[in-house]
Amino acid sequence: MKIVVAGETKEVADNLTVAALIEQEQVETPQYVTVSVNEEFVESSLFENRVLQDGDEVEFLYFMGGGR
Amino acid sequence: MMKITITKEDFDRIYAYALSQLPDEACGLVAGTDQEDGTKEIRKVYLLTNTDHTNEHFSIDPREQLQAVRDMRAEGLIPLGNWHSHPETPSRPSEEDKRLANDRNATYLILSLQERDKPVLNAFHIETVSGEKQVRKEELVIL
Repeated sequence: MKIVVAGETKEVADNLTVAALIEQEQVETPQYVTVSVNEEFVESSLFENRVLQDGDEVEFLYFMGGGR
Repeated sequence: MMKITITKEDFDRIYAYALSQLPDEACGLVAGTDQEDGTKEIRKVYLLTNTDHTNEHFSIDPREQLQAVRDMRAEGLIPLGNWHSHPETPSRPSEEDKRLANDRNATYLILSLQERDKPVLNAFHIETVSGEKQVRKEELVIL
């Protein structure tokens, strides 16, 4: 199936989970990454179970914060 | 030393927005291009919501972050990093800033408003090396 990752169309295996995609894309420091699928944010506790569908648009966003 | 440029107009936008958000910290993103000589050129600044709404901490609203990233892509720009203000402290990364800096490709801009009419903006590269956060100042040029 085809999905769009960070604006780039990619051919990936059927039934790929968000967790598997994170690994496949070699996302650095994944514990600090927020994932959206079709503009909806996915709870990190659901990464293992969320199965991607053909045509899904996925974004990886680094949490950005800090303090004084 | 890594070099990054920002226009005076964009600097003024960040400064005005940061003042408008006082006493809270203000924050946002910067986007632009990577030149062949390694210079980063900021072409657009994003003034985003600090969802923490305090003068001690900031978290960029992830929904606004997502929209900003899509806007950058549509405009052919690349994400260069983020910026935030320090209402009462100097323009240098705090321990919390370092702890939460997890993108080694990003430039971290910090605007100090310690002296309200004398804003100080500095740019930093923050990277984890052997488990330790290392901070390197970048050369910031206001055009």
